[in-house]
Amino acid sequence: MLRLFIITLLGILGTAHADTLTLWHAYRGAERTALETLLAEYETLNPGYSIQPRAIPYDGFNSKLEAAVPRGHGPDLFIAAHERLGTWVPLGLVQANPEPITDVPKAVEQALFHEGQSYGLPLAFKTLALFYNRDRITTPPADTNALIEMAKSERDAGRIGLAYQATEPFFHAPWMHGYGGGLLQDGSVELNRSGAVRALEFAKDLADQGLIPEEPTSALVTQLFNDGNAAMVINGPWFLGEINPEIKLGVAPLPTISETGSAAAPYLTVEAIQVSAHSQNADAARALAKWLTETKQSVHRALKGRQSVTAASAYEDPRLSSDPILSAFRAQLEHTQPMETGAWMGSSWEPLARAIRRVMRGAHSPQAALDAAHQEFQVVTAPPPPPSNPWPYICVAALVLLGTVSFIVRAAWKQRAAMREMVHAYRWIAPAAISMGVLVIVPFVVGAAVSLFAHRDGDWTFVGLTHFIDILFARDWPLTSALSFWFTLVVTIMWTAANVILHVGIGVALAMFLRAPWLQLKGIYRVLLILPWAIPNYITALIWKGMFHRQFGAINALLDAVGIEPISWFSQFSTAFAANLITNTWLGFPFMMVVTLGALQAIPSDIEEAASIDGATGWQRFWAVTWPLLKPALLPAIVLGSIWTFNMFNIIYLVSGGEPDGGTEILISEAYRWAFTRGHRYGYAAAYAVLIFGVLLIYSKTTDRILTRKAT
Amino acid sequence: MNRPSMTKMVLIHLGLIITTVAVLYPVLWVVGMALRPGQAFSLDPNPIPSSITFEHFASVLGTETADGEWLFGRQLLNSLLVAGITSTVGIILATTAGYAMSRWAFPGRDAGLRIFLITQMFPGVVMAIPLYILLDEMGLLDSLVGLSLVYATTAIPFCTWNMKGYFDTIPIELEEAAWMDGADRWTIFWTIVLPLARPALVVTGLFSFMTAWNEFILAATFMNKETSFTLPVVLQSYVGDYGTEWGHFAAGAVLVSIPVMILFFALQKHLVAGLTAGSVKG
Repeated sequence: MLRLFIITLLGILGTAHADTLTLWHAYRGAERTALETLLAEYETLNPGYSIQPRAIPYDGFNSKLEAAVPRGHGPDLFIAAHERLGTWVPLGLVQANPEPITDVPKAVEQALFHEGQSYGLPLAFKTLALFYNRDRITTPPADTNALIEMAKSERDAGRIGLAYQATEPFFHAPWMHGYGGGLLQDGSVELNRSGAVRALEFAKDLADQGLIPEEPTSALVTQLFNDGNAAMVINGPWFLGEINPEIKLGVAPLPTISETGSAAAPYLTVEAIQVSAHSQNADAARALAKWLTETKQSVHRALKGRQSVTAASAYEDPRLSSDPILSAFRAQLEHTQPMETGAWMGSSWEPLARAIRRVMRGAHSPQAALDAAHQEFQVVTAPPPPPSNPWPYICVAALVLLGTVSFIVRAAWKQRAAMREMVHAYRWIAPAAISMGVLVIVPFVVGAAVSLFAHRDGDWTFVGLTHFIDILFARDWPLTSALSFWFTLVVTIMWTAANVILHVGIGVALAMFLRAPWLQLKGIYRVLLILPWAIPNYITALIWKGMFHRQFGAINALLDAVGIEPISWFSQFSTAFAANLITNTWLGFPFMMVVTLGALQAIPSDIEEAASIDGATGWQRFWAVTWPLLKPALLPAIVLGSIWTFNMFNIIYLVSGGEPDGGTEILISEAYRWAFTRGHRYGYAAAYAVLIFGVLLIYSKTTDRILTRKAT
Repeated sequence: MNRPSMTKMVLIHLGLIITTVAVLYPVLWVVGMALRPGQAFSLDPNPIPSSITFEHFASVLGTETADGEWLFGRQLLNSLLVAGITSTVGIILATTAGYAMSRWAFPGRDAGLRIFLITQMFPGVVMAIPLYILLDEMGLLDSLVGLSLVYATTAIPFCTWNMKGYFDTIPIELEEAAWMDGADRWTIFWTIVLPLARPALVVTGLFSFMTAWNEFILAATFMNKETSFTLPVVLQSYVGDYGTEWGHFAAGAVLVSIPVMILFFALQKHLVAGLTAGSVKG
């Protein structure tokens, strides 16, 4: 125990030895066990090599990889989906393959090409297919007409015909490709091709006929299928682990589009094992990668890990070719569209998702929605602004620095006597001040400096204040667009104000009740009411999101019980905003309640009693006596609370996700989107962050006179 | 104060009960999901599952490393260590700074208090990569100490404000008397002030503890091995790129929340007394 304690405490840095190969992956469950079994086998076959597999949570995988590899802390090998090659290649994270890839279908080989070079060895692929309930569907539909007929008879029997996440571009893509509306054609990317418009009309038609569920989330799709309420589902291999074993499962390739005669083609993701460009052991790493892709190992991964492996020869094994699920995915592989590796690919999701949702809501026609999406896409992927001359900025920065330093020195000089007298105070405050300076202020200044640079595909250009000008003068969007800074700022201010009012109102009201001497069970109420504070908020946010579901959420069920029409929470601004607000109020009032309870203790109860003897009602007494005494104690908590709410990213991101059309986005979640879902425009995101800081600074200026009032 | 009438009393209890139910409902749902068989996210309005299983808890608790070491135990230990170091560092730094700011009107104090508040306004989105490089340069990457230091500095501003607010409420006369008797500043602080400030110390410690206990983005970025992950990172790893193992996620969430709840229940008296959030006494 002690040894463990010491080792953990030291947290030794994982330095790679010459004979050690580290491998990062994000596999879980059976896939992971199969991989680790193979790696252990390789170690016995090749004594002298120690292989260290490390499972990294998927959420942190890419950012961790991109931070660690260039600084020499990365792995020798990593397993990841191919579509981020467009980021990794310019960053110099991966090594190109010295020889062509063999024994794989064409689509797989094609997926691993980025700008004429191929990277990594393919292990497995993921793509969508049709899952069906064999009790309901005897023969899977060959084309979309058959699909619609089957879905209609299910609908007429009171069930859902086809469940899939219709509003997610990834799940809509099979139709888009089947109608010939692929994004990249003849070297140009367009979101509003006529094929894409027709595909969207098709999907809207499915919705209008009541063949697919409303607001189809992945949880809903799973539940419908597991309860036997959906006969067909479009989903990927990850769905297999969630299926109720009592359902008689069939898997088939997606149907052909009747109108065009082409197959519905989902996106193809190839999981490849990449050799890090910084590996000290590249040859050994490549040998291991190659071994993992060989037929025998592929068969093992397919059978034990339930992976759809890419090795063509593996499917000659009778155990694979007779497996209905693996062979269905193998058949689907022939009709897929490899995910593009260009950085623009990542920027296409958000505008497309918005377009699909607009159409499904009936707010736009498919053509208008896709035209708007294409325009948004063009703004997001616009080439960086021309580089600026850094010298004027350096001069200004130097002057500002000089001015600040001389101001501080002058101020210090003026008060040197007082400072000398108070030297002990500085000693007391030094530890906190130094650690804050190093670990908070320095990173922030560095991060803020990033706002002066534009980032595209690993290249940085100095652009000066261009981002700020673009944002503040709403050059990319009209001022009234949900994507403009000013619109988002207004929403953020509304969000903060509404939250703080509710938190304080509910918190103070509960605290007043909970302190009344005549109230019984006080302790129990108090304990239960602070529970929301104790649970990590990303968990409760997801729970609330589920409760707001249009068709199946608990809140609409409750409204229905009292005779109110169910509300489609995320399809209009007011209700989506309310959903976020309700969630965050639930999370935020306990803090204010506890602060109020503490502050109330300091108010002598005889003052209030005197007022009540004078005949004041409870309400009058509160406003005349208690509130004026409470206010000064609550103000600092209110200021802090409003700053936290202003930057409350988790709730917005997880509950409304900005719906509808980005309208409920707040500044911090907008910044996050620019950094991570809109082509990694870190500079632009940093400019947002600096502006957020500026807004809060102005806000605190107006309140800090109260806050820093002399204590003695 | 007079006891209100019976009807009023019933109404107040009714209101409190409804609020409590609204507060508890999502919590029950997490628990229900953790006990329900299968990995699907439940959309059932009824949080109580029809059949109960402990397999999710068993598989979350029973993870092992390749060498057969008890992985969950190791990660729990990491979490406890990180939260423990964070609270210790947080308390030490916030108490000393808060005390100096409460007692001595030194030049730069007001600016300092304001700067502490301002740091709360830095959006985290720009900080992660610079922090990564910084920790790397300091040799503190993939180390629990490095992670704890980062957490401590995010908690310090609130904690300092809170400590200062509480110290402001402690009458200075006692300290002045001791000063006259020739005691030095440290002795006064240690023997007179700190014992009086216990409720605020509890809150400061709890706040730093929670900051460290619940965070996962920085932890996932800075820590390299499964054996050095903290529990929120483990929890996050049940959220996959396409599907989420909701049963495991919920069971993990319950397990992660339990220690904090115990702390809350144990410390709730102090919590009320010690949370001043820098309240100003005229």
